[in-house]
Amino acid sequence: MITDAPRIVTRHLGTPDSHTMGSYLAAGGYTALRKALAMPPAQVAAEVDKASLLGRGGAGFPAGRKWSMLARDPVRYLVINGDESEPATFKDHLLVYGDPHQVIEGTVIAAYAIQATQAFIFLRGEFALGLERLQQALNDAYRHGAVGRDIFGSGFSIDVVVHPGAGAYICGEETALLESLEGKRGFPRIKPPYFPAAIGLYGKPTIVNNVETVSNLPWIVENGGDAFSALGEGSSTGTRLFALSGHVRRPGNYELEMAKTTFRDLIYAPVLGGGIRAGHTIKAFIPGGVSAPWFGPDQLDMPLSQDEVGKAGSMLGSGSVVVFDDGDCVVRAAWRITRFFARESCGQCTPCREGSGWLEKIMRRIEEGAGREEDLDLLMDVCDNIAPGVSWPPQQTTICVLGPSIPSSIAAAIRMFRDEMLLHIKEGACPYD
Amino acid sequence: MGHLSPEVLADARRLVDLYPEPRSALIPICHLAQGQDGWLRPEAIAEIAEIVGVSPAEVLGTASFYDMLRTEETGRYLVSVCTNVACMLQGAYELLDHAEQRLGVKAGGTTEDGMFTLEDAECLAGCDDAPCVQVNHRYVGHLDADGFDALVDDLRLGRRDDEIPRHGVLVRVRRETGLTVSADEVSAERARQREADEAVARQAETGAAGAAKGAGA
Repeated sequence: MITDAPRIVTRHLGTPDSHTMGSYLAAGGYTALRKALAMPPAQVAAEVDKASLLGRGGAGFPAGRKWSMLARDPVRYLVINGDESEPATFKDHLLVYGDPHQVIEGTVIAAYAIQATQAFIFLRGEFALGLERLQQALNDAYRHGAVGRDIFGSGFSIDVVVHPGAGAYICGEETALLESLEGKRGFPRIKPPYFPAAIGLYGKPTIVNNVETVSNLPWIVENGGDAFSALGEGSSTGTRLFALSGHVRRPGNYELEMAKTTFRDLIYAPVLGGGIRAGHTIKAFIPGGVSAPWFGPDQLDMPLSQDEVGKAGSMLGSGSVVVFDDGDCVVRAAWRITRFFARESCGQCTPCREGSGWLEKIMRRIEEGAGREEDLDLLMDVCDNIAPGVSWPPQQTTICVLGPSIPSSIAAAIRMFRDEMLLHIKEGACPYD
Repeated sequence: MGHLSPEVLADARRLVDLYPEPRSALIPICHLAQGQDGWLRPEAIAEIAEIVGVSPAEVLGTASFYDMLRTEETGRYLVSVCTNVACMLQGAYELLDHAEQRLGVKAGGTTEDGMFTLEDAECLAGCDDAPCVQVNHRYVGHLDADGFDALVDDLRLGRRDDEIPRHGVLVRVRRETGLTVSADEVSAERARQREADEAVARQAETGAAGAAKGAGA
C-alpha cells in the first residue's frame, strides 16, 4: 500500500535550486533549529527518543538510544556519516546534492541535543559537486547565524567542518570512519568498546549519525516525536528513503512510510518502480544493500519493515533494493558483489582478507565455465570460515561486519539457484552469455 | 620544499586549523595537492608530511589505502566507469569494453598523451542512472557507446571544462570562515548548560517526590 504519509526528508526536493539558502529559507528552513534552541537539550533528545527514529545508515540502531549512551566528558564530538558506499545505495547522494541545508540544520540540532563541542560531516570524496554544495551551504549558514558562535542569539555555539573522504567503502563503518577522520588508514577499531559513544574521535565520546538520520531531525523538532512515530509500524517508524535499482523501469529514490508499503508496491507500482522489463518475470531481489541476504519472488509481499525483513533472515540495511529478472545471471551478480568485497576488504583480518579473494576467484571460474561441482561445497566452506554457520544475522570472526557480509550473495546463489550454478559447471559456460 | 604553490600551502594551513589534531587534515590536503598536480607527487607527499607533522612514509602509507589518492601519474581526466552490480545489469561491462577500445588502454591505464586514465570503479552511488560514469568525480549521466565517444571528443577539446575541472575534488571548495569558537569557550559553555540541565532535573525530582508524597498522604 502506498500511503499518504507526508514527505519528510525529501519535502524540499523538486523545487528549483533546492540546494540554496534562498530556497531553503523560503520553505521555512532553520525554523526548527530556532525552536530546538529554545528547548532544553534533553528535551530535544527526548523528542527524538519518542520518534523512535532508527539510524538510516544500515545497522538501524535507534538514534535516541545511541545519544543516551554518550559518555560524560566535557569534550564530545558529533560526526555525520555521509560516506555512502554500500553498492546500490544512492539516497545520501540525493539529500546532500539536493538539500544540503537540511543536513546542516539536522547536524546542528543533533549537536545541540548531545551538547557536542565540534561537529564533522564526513562526505564521500567522490561526491565532488556535493562537497561544493555542502561547503557553500555551510558558508551561507555561518553568515545566517545558524552555525558558529551564539547561534540565533541562543548562547549555543558549534563549529561544523565538512571533511572529504578519499574512496574506501570500509570508511562507512563508524570506527573506520573515525580513523580516517584522524588522518589514518581506514581500519575498523577492535571492539570493545562497541560504541564510539564511549571512546570515539581522538579517544573522546563521539556520536556518529547518518546523513538521512539527521535529515529527519528538523521535521521531528517541528512536528514532535509522536507525529513521527505515528507513521510506520512497530519499531519501523516514520518514512524512509528506498533506493531502487537493477532491472526495473523506474529506478530511483522513493520516500515511503515504513512498514506499510511492500516490496511489490515499491517494484511494481506505476508511480514507484513501474515494474520490470516487458516479457520478463522477477527472479530475485536484494532487500537492503549487497551485504543483505537475497529474497525470492515469494517474499514480494513483505512490508518494508526492519522487523519483518529481519525475521525473514535478511535486513533492510541501507534501504537499497536491487531487482534481478529472469534475463539476469545470478552467478555473475554474486561474483560481482564478491569482487567488490575482495577489493574493499581492509586486510586486517585473515578470514575476510583471504576468504574474499578466494571466493571471488572460485565464483569467477564458475561464471566463466571452468567451475567444478565440488566448488559449491568449497564456497560454503570458505564462507563458514568467515561467518560460522553462514546464517543471518551472521556470526563473526572478524573485527567488523564487512567480512560476515561477504557470504550473503554466495549463499543466495547456492541456496536459491543451485541448479543455475550447476548448469554453469555442466555446460562449461554461462547460459546467459 | 616549496613544491606546493603559495595558494595551496595557505589553503593547507587553513585546513589544519579546522581540526583538533593536525593529522586530521592529511587526507584533505592530499586532495588539495592532487588539485595542483593531478596526482600525489613524492615532493608533495614530503611537504604534506611536514605540514601535518608526520613522516612522508606515514603520508604515503595512509594515501595508498584510498582509491582516490593517486600515487602514480594520472591523466588529466580520470574516467571512472562503475561496474558494480546495479550498473552491471545495465551494461556497464559492455560500456567499459567500449571505453577501453576507444581510449586504447585497459582499465587502470593512462593514454599516452596523458589525457585520460580509465578506471573500473566500485559503486559511485549513481545507480538510478546506470551505467554510472564519473569524470574527475563529476557525474556525466548514463552513457551508451556513442555518448561515451561524444564525451571523449568534448573533453579533448576542452568543451566540458566548466562542468568538469581538473581533478582534485577540492579545487572549487572554499571554506569562508575559520572556526568561530575556541575549544575553551565551548567547554565553558557546555559546563554552564550542564549545570542548568542538572538544576532542572533536580527541580523535577523534588517536584515528583513532592507529588508522590502528596499522593501517599
